[in-house]
Amino acid sequence: MFQYMVRRILIAIPVLFGVTIFSFLIVNLAPGNPVDMQVNPYATEADIQTKKEALGLNDPIHIQYVHWLVNLAKGDFGYSFSTYEPVLTMIVDRIGPTLLLMGAALVLAYVIAIPIGILSATKQYSWMDYFTTSFSFIGISIPNFFLGLGLIYIFAITFQIFPTGGMNTLGNEGGLMDTLAHLIMPAIVLATGIAGNMVRYVRSSMLEILGQDYLRTARSKGLKEFFVVNKHALKNALIPIITVIGVDIPMLIGGAVVTEQIFQWPGLGQLTIQSIGSRDYPTLMAINLMAAIAVLLSNLIADMLYSVADPRIKYN
Amino acid sequence: MTQSLLKVEHLQTAFRTGKGEVVSVEDVSFQLNAGQTIGIVGESGCGKSVTSLSIMRLLGQTGYIKKGTISLNGKDLTKLTETELRDVRGNEAAMIFQEPMTSLNPVFTIGNQMIEMIQLHMMISKKEAKQYAIQMLQKVGIPRAEEVINEYPHKLSGGMRQRVMIAMALSCKPKLLIADEPTTALDVTIQAQILELMKTLRDESNTAIMIISHDLGVIAEMADTVLVMYAGEVVEEADVFTLFDEPKHPYTLGLMKSIPHLETESEERLASIPGTVPTLQNMPSGCRFHTRCPYVMEQCLKEKPKLQGLDEKMGHQVRCWLYEEEQKSENREEAVL
Repeated sequence: MFQYMVRRILIAIPVLFGVTIFSFLIVNLAPGNPVDMQVNPYATEADIQTKKEALGLNDPIHIQYVHWLVNLAKGDFGYSFSTYEPVLTMIVDRIGPTLLLMGAALVLAYVIAIPIGILSATKQYSWMDYFTTSFSFIGISIPNFFLGLGLIYIFAITFQIFPTGGMNTLGNEGGLMDTLAHLIMPAIVLATGIAGNMVRYVRSSMLEILGQDYLRTARSKGLKEFFVVNKHALKNALIPIITVIGVDIPMLIGGAVVTEQIFQWPGLGQLTIQSIGSRDYPTLMAINLMAAIAVLLSNLIADMLYSVADPRIKYN
Repeated sequence: MTQSLLKVEHLQTAFRTGKGEVVSVEDVSFQLNAGQTIGIVGESGCGKSVTSLSIMRLLGQTGYIKKGTISLNGKDLTKLTETELRDVRGNEAAMIFQEPMTSLNPVFTIGNQMIEMIQLHMMISKKEAKQYAIQMLQKVGIPRAEEVINEYPHKLSGGMRQRVMIAMALSCKPKLLIADEPTTALDVTIQAQILELMKTLRDESNTAIMIISHDLGVIAEMADTVLVMYAGEVVEEADVFTLFDEPKHPYTLGLMKSIPHLETESEERLASIPGTVPTLQNMPSGCRFHTRCPYVMEQCLKEKPKLQGLDEKMGHQVRCWLYEEEQKSENREEAVL
């Protein structure tokens, strides 16, 4: 198991190299450059060239990449092209709110979706089943920005229950209830798609298990139906569900970019949009790298969880 | 006369399907005493398994008992609530299934699955339950029982898993053990061991066994009385010696002929019953076997024969017009005399 994990982490290294090369290329291929985005209209061509030279933007792209990589190896993520802050500080500041939002969304989604999925499977073809399957379909289909704007319109503007955006009311930093009030709507928006997807996976994987012989055995032992479903069936259904959890985390990262922007949530997603807007290459590269690591890590965790759920799966 | 342990009377079991109700067991009656074994034989789709699942009331969401009573120890199982039934299942009546490979839950250890049931029906601590489970595993001849109890089912062979199923089924000392094709999925040497094991355990604890099989060899080995089922109905009932010595119903005769014997010439073709069991939706009128019967008469197409006792042997019953005629003529002769 330990050996397997080490091997997986070693395999991840070339993958990360590939990811950084690709994202470096794509970031640089985007029209415009950081200097164009920030100079004032009266700057002369010579001024712009001096600035570009200073930022190293006139070097060939592979030299720029190697330069970035060497700095990275020294633990230096560089400085932002737009705010001139160290990139690392910016990311450290922003990662907390993003993890809070993503964590809240995941917990909310699974706490709602897993019981509903189980219920939907055990009562297949009931009105409840039809209701949840169609509702989950809506949940998957509805775009984040649309749901977000809808919620803002209804709950923040019309009824004024929740704030429109941000993480804290100004001048009230650190209040738990205040943060929660700000968290609810973006977390719901992020959770909706994930929950809709999860309901369908739980339902179909439970349906497959519910016809198995060993459940009849469990019933023939005199076990309560509740335990037959939630102990004997659920643990078997977990294996395909874990796969979905491994896929959900990368999906969340993408969803957070849009959701954070709509709700002015001061996290990595918002930083991503800002950095794209100002062609802030060092910040964008750092964010890409973080996202790639998160995806690889969540896949590794999912693989580890398989062997916990299913004793037939052993890694060596 | 002692009261029988299990008494099934006029059982009719049906399933709801998309095309309406389908009756898969029709008017089945039999009795079983403690320590005795009844065998049920028939081809696939004859209603053998449904009969046994009806007794446990494990018919799923679509199946239900339409008519009849099933009394176990004086309790009518068809009238019990789900909660009362749970006290019977695994406790008074236990079941072993056909497929040992899939009958155990793959993600729980053998011990977990056994202890769960033992604790459900016996008021003992988890530690005691584990000791007891180990004893049960040893009793059914599992080597290294102390280790096996902590293992997952995939580590065991089919024969070993079936032993675990038997150990589990017998752990709460059931009065009735239902074995639905317990050896069908196992190879022949293991089959013999499992049957031998069931016999020993029956004799030790005076358990009544209901064994279902399409293998007449298994039935001959195990059963005291035999029910032959065809298309959801009992076509012949007799004690095991009578059935094998003097089978009466053309279907039973067909089954007997299709047993391969070692002394059969190798060029000789093995006898078989032509055709297949009719589907429940297209049940033929009259006698259900008439489409495949070599002795079919005009009467068979129109009227359904009743299950009637042959007067020479008590308890030998057959559902066929051939013997109805015989009886009638005998009765007439008697009347003349």
